[in-house]
Amino acid sequence: MNNPHHLNPTSLKSRFTTRFLRALTKIRAQKPISSSSPTEIFRRYRRIKVAADKSMAYSVRSRRIWSRAMLWKLRSRSYRRQDPCSGRRSGKTSQAIMKKSSNENTTTRREDGVGFVEEADELRQLVPGGETMNLCNLLDETAHYIKCLTTQVQVMKKIADFYSF
Amino acid sequence: MSSRRSRQSAAGVSRISDDQIIELVSKLRQLLPEIRDRRSDKVSASKVLQETCNYIRSLHREVDDLSERLSQLLATIDADSAEAAIIRSLIM
Repeated sequence: MNNPHHLNPTSLKSRFTTRFLRALTKIRAQKPISSSSPTEIFRRYRRIKVAADKSMAYSVRSRRIWSRAMLWKLRSRSYRRQDPCSGRRSGKTSQAIMKKSSNENTTTRREDGVGFVEEADELRQLVPGGETMNLCNLLDETAHYIKCLTTQVQVMKKIADFYSF
Repeated sequence: MSSRRSRQSAAGVSRISDDQIIELVSKLRQLLPEIRDRRSDKVSASKVLQETCNYIRSLHREVDDLSERLSQLLATIDADSAEAAIIRSLIM
């Protein structure tokens, strides 16, 4: 339970916690909390979920393919909100941004030959940016992504438990 | 990192060695709560990937549930000093 890494103010856990708490404070301040209609609660839930992903992606920055993909997705979503006509454009741009990781990749599926192409493809759907990763990157990115997800869950759980009492 | 090696190996096609794959798959395996506890060494890569997918999906669900929980709890929070207390309790 006492994770020594969290004592380090620059650890992923610390960075995520600070960002996420800040986001929660903002969300709380946005609407009158007295209204707890189901719609409000749902909207808040959406905002909190996005805040959780955003906080994690910004804590990792562009060091990882998956975080770059997630940041890109989050930014394009906010663009689309402001300008409904930009929807098409975002499809092409994502390819350009992913080019960094896709240079050596597309032949890998034939190179696999080891019988887990289907599982790998399934995994590609789950990891942000996975569609453009070769198998090597996919496995590597997945490991980091899982570590970040577990950190995210751990911190959110602690916050929720704290506020439950 | 081993992936960098494969990138530099050839102009167009990069050969990813089986060893690299095995290494990465076993690294993944260590992160999975189910397989890690099983004593058996003979877990196929396919199974590891499958378990990984399931694990990621369950983590996504947990984040969803926690977001929902927090959205309901948010209404009951009042003081800003609560944040400071949380950070402290998380750090301890």
